[in-house]
Amino acid sequence: MSAIIRFEDVTKRYGPVLAVDNVSLSVEEGEFFALLGPSGCGKTTLLRMLAGFETPSEGRILIDGADVSTTPPNRRPVNMVFQNYAVFPHMSVADNIGYGLRMGGVGIGERARRVDEALALVKLDGLGQRKPDQLSGGQRQRVALARALVKRPRVLLLDEPLSALDAKLRDAMRSELAALQHEVGITFVLVTHDQDEALAMAGRCAVMNRGLLQQVATPSDLYEFPNSRFVADFIGSVNLFEGQLTLDEPGRAIVHAPDLAAPVFLDHGVTGGTGTTLWLALRPEKIVLNKRADGPPPPLSDDGDTPPGHNIAEGTIRAIGYLGSESTYDIALGNGRHVRALRSNLTRWDQEELTMGEPVWLRWHSCSPAVLLS
Amino acid sequence: MRSAPGPLEYLRRWQLRMWLIAVALFLYLPLATLIVFSFNDSKRTILWKGFTLDWYAKLFADTDLLAAFGNSLTIALLSTLISTVLGTLTALLLWRFRFPGKPLFEGALALPIVVPEICLGVAFLVFFNTVLRWPSELPWPLNLGAITIAHVSFSFSFVALVVRARLASFDRNLEDAARDLGAGEWAIVRDIVLPHLRPGLIAGALLAFTLSLDDFVITFFTSGPDTVTFPVKVYAMVRFSVTPEVNAASTLLIVLTVGLTALALRMQGTDLVKTQAAA
Repeated sequence: MSAIIRFEDVTKRYGPVLAVDNVSLSVEEGEFFALLGPSGCGKTTLLRMLAGFETPSEGRILIDGADVSTTPPNRRPVNMVFQNYAVFPHMSVADNIGYGLRMGGVGIGERARRVDEALALVKLDGLGQRKPDQLSGGQRQRVALARALVKRPRVLLLDEPLSALDAKLRDAMRSELAALQHEVGITFVLVTHDQDEALAMAGRCAVMNRGLLQQVATPSDLYEFPNSRFVADFIGSVNLFEGQLTLDEPGRAIVHAPDLAAPVFLDHGVTGGTGTTLWLALRPEKIVLNKRADGPPPPLSDDGDTPPGHNIAEGTIRAIGYLGSESTYDIALGNGRHVRALRSNLTRWDQEELTMGEPVWLRWHSCSPAVLLS
Repeated sequence: MRSAPGPLEYLRRWQLRMWLIAVALFLYLPLATLIVFSFNDSKRTILWKGFTLDWYAKLFADTDLLAAFGNSLTIALLSTLISTVLGTLTALLLWRFRFPGKPLFEGALALPIVVPEICLGVAFLVFFNTVLRWPSELPWPLNLGAITIAHVSFSFSFVALVVRARLASFDRNLEDAARDLGAGEWAIVRDIVLPHLRPGLIAGALLAFTLSLDDFVITFFTSGPDTVTFPVKVYAMVRFSVTPEVNAASTLLIVLTVGLTALALRMQGTDLVKTQAAA
C-alpha cells in the first residue's frame, strides 16, 4: 500500500472565509475513502480541489507523487460522479459514456467496445441508445458512474452520489458501490454528509468540521473511539457528560460528573492529571436498563472490578420511540438531565416491558464510556 | 349520458366557449379578411365578386414589388445571421464573465427594446448622414448595408435576451462534468453549451428574422432613395389605394412567417420537451 493522494497543508480561502484549514491527509491506493462532515465543513471544497475545479490557496496536492495543485481538471487522472449526476441531456447514454474517451482521442471502434464494457459493469446492457430522460434516477446515476469509470481513472471522486435517490434504492446502491469498488480496484473518494453512508461503504473516513480535519479513522474506530466531542456527537447518537478526573492510575480511573450522582469508574487510565476536565461519551445502546420496581439490579456480566455504587444512575422513562428492530428511550435523571438509551427488540415478546413513567436503573460497563479531552 | 362539467373543465361551459370564439374572431378575422380578399375578382376591396388568382399573377409580374421583397428577405437573412451570432456571444459574455460596468452594459443592452422606434429611426437617419455615410450607389446587396446594420443593432438585443434566459437554466455541473472528462473550453461550448442553447438560438433567430422582415419605421428612415423594402413598398402602394395586390403580397408574407414559425417550433419542440424532462 502506498499513498495515491496526498494533501500537504492545504488551505483554501474564499476572501476572508476559510473553507479548508491546513488539511494534511493521505489516501492509500485501492482504498474506499470517505470525507464526512456537516454541510459547509469544507469536504466538497476538498474534493473539488482534488478534481481540479478549485486551486488551493496554500499547500500542495499530490496524485501519484506528482504535484497537481494547479493542473486543470481535464489533465488529471481523476474523474468525478456529480451530485445530480450531470448526465448530458442531449446525448444518448452511449454518447455520454463515450464522451470522455472521445475527448481523450480514443478511436471509434475501441470506444464502442469500452462503452459496452462500462455499460455491462453498471448493469445497463442494451440501454446505450436511450436518452437520459428515458431513464430512472438510479439508472442515470449508473450512467454517471460508467461515464467516469470508462476513463479508467486513478481515483474516482463521488460527490454525495446517493443523496438524490430514494431510501430503498440508496440502500441497494450502497452495497453495489462497495462491490463495484472491489471489482474495479480503483481508489474511491466519497463526499457525504450522511454518516450511515460513509460508515457502510468506506474503509476509512475523514471527519471534517469548519474546514478542519477532526479525525481520520476506520468507521468502527470513529464510532467507538472518537477523539473529540464533535466526532462523538456527529457520528451516531451519544450522551455526553462533562466531569473531573478524581483518580488516575495506569489500570483504572474515576470521573465525577455533576450530571451523574454516582462516580464513573473506567477500566483504563487517562492521560491527564487529577482534576482535569474531560467529557465522557456514552452511546445509547451501551446503557443497560432495569426496572427499579424489581429491587437492586443484578450485577453486569464481565464487569471485572467495578466497585459497587459506580456506573449507575436512577431515572424515569419520559418518551419511547419504537423503531421495529429496536426501541429508544428518553430517560430523565433525578436532576432533570435527559439521557438517551437504546434496546434491541430481541424477542417478539419484550421480556421486560418498559412503559412511560417507569422508574429505571441505568448502568454501563466500565469500558463503555469514551473519554474525550476536547 | 355526459356528466356535468367539473370545476376545472372550463372549456365545457358554453359561456367560456363563446368567449373563446369571440377572442379568436377578434384576433383572426382581420387576417382572414385580408387573405380572402386577395382572391377577390374585383379592383375594389369591399365587395366579393368571385374567385381569382389574378392578383397573385400580377404580383409576380410586378418587378418593383418583387425587388422590394427580395431586398427584405436579404436584409432579414443577413441581419438574422449577424444578430444571432452577436446576440449569442453577448449572452455568453454576460452569463460567464464578471467585468467592471457589467450592470451598465446589461441595462444598455435593453435600450433598443425600450426606446421608441421612431427615435431609433431618427437616430439612424442622423448617424448614416453624418457619422457613417453609406454610399447608395453600391451594387446589390452592399447597398442594403445601412438597413442591415440598423436591423442588427436592435434585433441582436432580442436575441441576447432570449439566449440569456435559456442560459439561466443551464446546469453548471454539466460544464464541470465535461471538463472533468477531458473537454477544453471550446469543446465545452460546442458539445455542451450550444446543444442546450439550441431552442433559444432558434427562437432568437426567428425573432430577429420577423423583426427585420416587417420593420417599417427604422427602415423608412435608413433606406436610401433606391433601396426599398417590402413594408416600405406596401406603404407606398397603400398611399394611393388598398389594392388586392397588396392583399396578395401580405398573404404571401403571412404564409412565409407562419410557415417559418411552425418549422422552428417543430424543430425545437421535441428538443425542448426532452431537455426539460431531463432537467
